[in-house]
Amino acid sequence: MQLSVWTYEGPPHVGAMRVATAMRGVHYLLHAPQGDTYADLLFTMIERRGCRPPVTYTTFQARDLGKDTADLFQRAARDAYARFDPQVMLVGSSCTAELIQDDPAGMAEAMRLPCPVVPLELPSYSRKENWGAGETFYQIVRHLADRDVRPAPHEGRRPLANILGPAALGFRHRDDVREVRGILATLGIEVNCVAPLGGWPADVARVGAADFNIVLYPEIGDSAARWLEREFKQPRTKTIPIGVGATREFITEVAALAGVDPTPALQDGESRMPWWSRSVDSTYLTGKRVFVFGDATHAVAAARVAHEELGFEVVGLGCYNREFARDVRDAAKLYGVEPLITDDHLEVEDAIAAAAPELVLGTQMERHIAKRQGVPCAVISAPVHVQDFPARHSPQMGFEGANVLFDTWVHPLIMGLEEHLLTMFREDFEFSDDAGASHLAAHSPSRHAERVSASSAPRAPAIQEEDWPPEQVRGDDEDTLWTAEAEAELKKIPFFVRGKARRNTESFAAEQGRAAIDLETLYDAKAHYAR
Amino acid sequence: MKADAFSLPAESGCAAPPEREVLRERGQREVFCGLTGIVWLHRKMQDAFFLVIGSRTCAHLLQSAAGVMIFAEPRFATAIIEERDLAGMADCHEELDRVVDRLIARRPEIRQLFLVGSCPSEVIKLDLGKAAERLGAKHAGQVRILNYSGSGIETTFTEGEDACLASLVPVMPASAPDTAPQLLLVGSLPDIVEDQFLRLFAQLGIENVGVLPARTADGLPAVGPNTRVLLAQPFLGETAQALEARGAQRIDAPFPFGAEGTTAWLKAAAQAFGIDEMHANSVIAPGRERAKRALEHHREKLAGKRISFLPDSQLEVPLARFLATELGMEPVEVGTPYLNRKLVARDLEQLPESTRISEGQDVDRQLDRVRADRPDLTVCGLGLANPLEAEGLSTKWAIELVFSPIHGFEQAGDLAELFARPLRRRDVLQV
Repeated sequence: MQLSVWTYEGPPHVGAMRVATAMRGVHYLLHAPQGDTYADLLFTMIERRGCRPPVTYTTFQARDLGKDTADLFQRAARDAYARFDPQVMLVGSSCTAELIQDDPAGMAEAMRLPCPVVPLELPSYSRKENWGAGETFYQIVRHLADRDVRPAPHEGRRPLANILGPAALGFRHRDDVREVRGILATLGIEVNCVAPLGGWPADVARVGAADFNIVLYPEIGDSAARWLEREFKQPRTKTIPIGVGATREFITEVAALAGVDPTPALQDGESRMPWWSRSVDSTYLTGKRVFVFGDATHAVAAARVAHEELGFEVVGLGCYNREFARDVRDAAKLYGVEPLITDDHLEVEDAIAAAAPELVLGTQMERHIAKRQGVPCAVISAPVHVQDFPARHSPQMGFEGANVLFDTWVHPLIMGLEEHLLTMFREDFEFSDDAGASHLAAHSPSRHAERVSASSAPRAPAIQEEDWPPEQVRGDDEDTLWTAEAEAELKKIPFFVRGKARRNTESFAAEQGRAAIDLETLYDAKAHYAR
Repeated sequence: MKADAFSLPAESGCAAPPEREVLRERGQREVFCGLTGIVWLHRKMQDAFFLVIGSRTCAHLLQSAAGVMIFAEPRFATAIIEERDLAGMADCHEELDRVVDRLIARRPEIRQLFLVGSCPSEVIKLDLGKAAERLGAKHAGQVRILNYSGSGIETTFTEGEDACLASLVPVMPASAPDTAPQLLLVGSLPDIVEDQFLRLFAQLGIENVGVLPARTADGLPAVGPNTRVLLAQPFLGETAQALEARGAQRIDAPFPFGAEGTTAWLKAAAQAFGIDEMHANSVIAPGRERAKRALEHHREKLAGKRISFLPDSQLEVPLARFLATELGMEPVEVGTPYLNRKLVARDLEQLPESTRISEGQDVDRQLDRVRADRPDLTVCGLGLANPLEAEGLSTKWAIELVFSPIHGFEQAGDLAELFARPLRRRDVLQV
């Protein structure tokens, strides 16, 4: 048993729901007890979908268990078919149904439903959401892809590509698809099929018509793309176009696969991020310590952008999905950090505290950890929150995606001139530490105010945000090494670098074998670490 | 479609009007399971920890129902059963002991620990009663360890609280047979509401008042033949039964919503304690008048509007009663996951004849009825609200009725506001 408070991923059948919900003409019959329907709200509330996910739950109860849950399943299958008229039916079990071993696949097959049935075996006690989504999409492609459909001769037509991986409840998938479609259009490449998001079963059946596959989210699209590579000899892209550099590489990779000239797409006049990053105002971003955590794909991409395109220093890198941990390990080597592969948010919290970053790039979990530690944060990956589905176009991929990254990552930081003002006028009440960045009043109210609002928080309605109780707020580490004078001096350093100063000074003192940290030590350390 | 297998609990109907027809349905349900109650119970019982023994789905449900956002280390967690636990039962108990030991070491301030059963733990027949006994003996003196099931195969949403409170009844101390009559207020209420009621009971002259659940482990009230039980929530059938088995008597009353519901509820308590009627009226009058004034603001907006409830919390019948008799709304369909005729009798009898009462759920058929009825407002779960809005039907999230302070005089206006707001918003928006 694993003791868990919050989880980064749901069970694998939620991954299957993300695929079923993203597609059209698909219905998912889930053998499950009452209560598992909670998953509907992820789609209707967090993603604000205006229709229910296409899922029928058999809703068995304790009193059914001694009797015939199989009959219940078959009745639900018949009713769901009659009501929703799907072109494809997915059938499978949630965690509880897996234990009663009713064999939904066999039962559905025996029923001879008048539509293709894709059985899903998603082991709930060993696998998780992303794996479930990837496996479901792979099974759909395997069952539906028509092996007789192959690319037409190249003469007289444009190159044709599939876009694989975007799904429901994905972090900015909707907007990324639009960006990538734009790149393809500029290159004169046509799109054969986008799936799961918005794809029909008939589109998947014709997946073989494309010349190659573009995999945007390997967590979901990789298994299917590898299978297509093997069986249909369709090459697949390996670059994830997040960041300016990666987008350029992606364009080059795609153009090569399609046999077209990459230049038109590379000359995108809307790519502002490089200049924004080079402009003098951004000088203060240099060497900002950033901790990156998320799904492997987004984490690796974010680390690269942070390091190469914003001039940050990556001080931590990790992911929660072990299936793709290797990518994170490789990337961690580049930045000389220890990769953090865990789905235990408490471990992540400790790692963030130890790294004392100035910015956290993470999921909604890290957003809360960062808030608690008083560190700015931007969200780069699922798990998601209602705020991660903005009304406006806000991609992560492509040149516009890079523009968005610049804005959203830099926005939470204290701005360049303000940093100096804080240092110069730190006794001024308007510039006091507790006031936080002046442009972020709504986002980071003074920590004092936050504590007050937390303790008076009433019972929380779902989806509304609630602060942590005050006793959870961590104070500075108590450390007897510090002399009172040095401690007082430390407090004069603005709060957003104080953690780093403390940490550097302590490791400097330890290195030098100094017994106490006095003013001398503090400034010696400052000189030692001067960059 | 499916003839239902529900059998009604035997009725000891005392001169009741002929039994109302109820539409019983069996099919897909769109409700939370009983685990969800942990989201408010852990806030109410300040030294209690709730450990769900379940699957990743259970953990995911809890964080989704709570909003991912209560991101402290809350006083609940899930011991996620993994593949290797399913190999053998002895192993499972050892694992559970390890998890509980670690938990208690990490959270030394915990005084009560609830081991909460889930669908998977029920299906593999993990004996949590035995585990609670074993672990309770081990940690005796430090932590009281109890167990109940919040599984979806056995409990619907608020029935989780019922199961939790029922698990507390056997460990309540026995009150001496010769003690003065005691009033036991049952059902978890926000502290502010509970305090309002306690002040009113004190003013009425009811001195000996216990509350279940108590805010802390050592506040657990006594129970015995002199105990009179006043339910604050309609979904506490099992708890009421367990208390009755210990000699307590339930006070029959409508539930304390709005000016009239709260008045009748308080008066029923006053009557059970032989409080002089004139005195009771004088204590109740100021709150009642305030509540009526507060409701007046909303009456104009709500009167004549048609409302349907989809089954959710078992609060549906009392709330429909409040909306019908105090605000002039017209309940079209009142769906409830389970209709406890005895407990909601005083509210049920006040619902208009025309109101369709349904029990259980077949969500697709029920939505067909909603589309045919086209009520002005539909009270439903979070999974259905946006889809109905997208079809042009205004909705109210049912879960807010469980999470917000809505009982009593001082909250009557807030309760009406919860229903009026979606309608007002619909009128105000011009996009």
